[in-house]
Amino acid sequence: MNEKVKAKVKELLASGRIKGFWGLRTMQGNIGPFLFSSPDDLDELVVGDRERPGDTRYPLNKLLVNLARCYPEEVFGVLVRGCDERGLKTLYSWNQLNPEKVVPVGIACPQELAEACECLKPFPDEFVAGEKAEGSEFVSVANVESLSLESRLEHWLDQFAKCIKCYGCRDICPVCFCKECTLEKDDFIHTGDLPPENPIFHLTRAVHMAGRCIDCGLCNEACPADIPLRTLYKKVADIIDEEFHYRPGYGDPKEKSPLNILGEAPKH
Amino acid sequence: MDYRTVLTTCAYCGCGCGLYLEVLDGRVVNTIPCKTTPVNEGKLCVKGWNIHEFIHSPNRLTRPLIRKNGALTEASWEEALDYTAGRLWEIKEKHGSDSLAFLASAKVTNEENYLIQKFARAAVGTNNVDHCARL
Repeated sequence: MNEKVKAKVKELLASGRIKGFWGLRTMQGNIGPFLFSSPDDLDELVVGDRERPGDTRYPLNKLLVNLARCYPEEVFGVLVRGCDERGLKTLYSWNQLNPEKVVPVGIACPQELAEACECLKPFPDEFVAGEKAEGSEFVSVANVESLSLESRLEHWLDQFAKCIKCYGCRDICPVCFCKECTLEKDDFIHTGDLPPENPIFHLTRAVHMAGRCIDCGLCNEACPADIPLRTLYKKVADIIDEEFHYRPGYGDPKEKSPLNILGEAPKH
Repeated sequence: MDYRTVLTTCAYCGCGCGLYLEVLDGRVVNTIPCKTTPVNEGKLCVKGWNIHEFIHSPNRLTRPLIRKNGALTEASWEEALDYTAGRLWEIKEKHGSDSLAFLASAKVTNEENYLIQKFARAAVGTNNVDHCARL
């Protein structure tokens, strides 16, 4: 998979189409995000499959947004899986990135990863490497929903009580781009508490993920307390889909998030 | 445009979490936890996530300061070291070795921490040695 990506990136860099390429690189034995700016640097480019497929994914879109804010005229390439592409489309629709300044280089995730992620679309629209895998249902959501309402509440309260309030779920999130964050505002949350106000802190974040979360799962991976945040946000995404027929990143990026427009309220 | 991701170790405590600092045009602008460092496996605490913030902080001490007539005043290293050594000596003579305590640091090397405990025990004569986290 690496070689096909390298060849594509080499072509993009050599032709001058892109100023730099956001990918992953082996550095001092570790894998981390790297901005490739020369075709000669590509030897150590990797796609983030170290021991298992997709075990070293990073929020490359987020790094791209930060860089594009400083260099808005430059065109950058970026490595995308299905989730990353949903992230790009969502960032386009929220005007955080200009699609004309981004060249995605896609890879398709293998079946094993698609199932581990319970990913509905484990491939971008176009990809240079990998095989198209089958989308997977949200088994984790169904598991929690099989509990009684009372046990479900208990489950989430127990999970949220583990929180050490590192804000890692927000900091790693490719679609968390607000300059001011409700989770830091004393008017909304008692910011001095640890564990944070339960369940308000996490439910506030979950509500803010509605119409935005692209189900990449990086929050889940970054959580030092192993809170199954991805399951929670998958459920939020299901609700938005049921109510508004909208899933962030799956449709046309010109389409606005339903929570970003004033329209008719859902009818019940 | 000069953009780099630099692998380093968090300096806030002794755990040694691995992280990447994002450096844009010579300024450290962001922190990303490293997924492949075995200590933290892509996770950080709130301090680690924000470690880039202190690097360019205008509140950082860049010169020794001595409080003179109630106000912190810039001093030379020689003056600051002389003053500190003199006061440590005075306190030890007047109140005994155990009236002093030494706080080691997670931000320095093992060898430097070894030196401070050696200084506390051998030069000053106290076992009052603790970690900066209990400051």
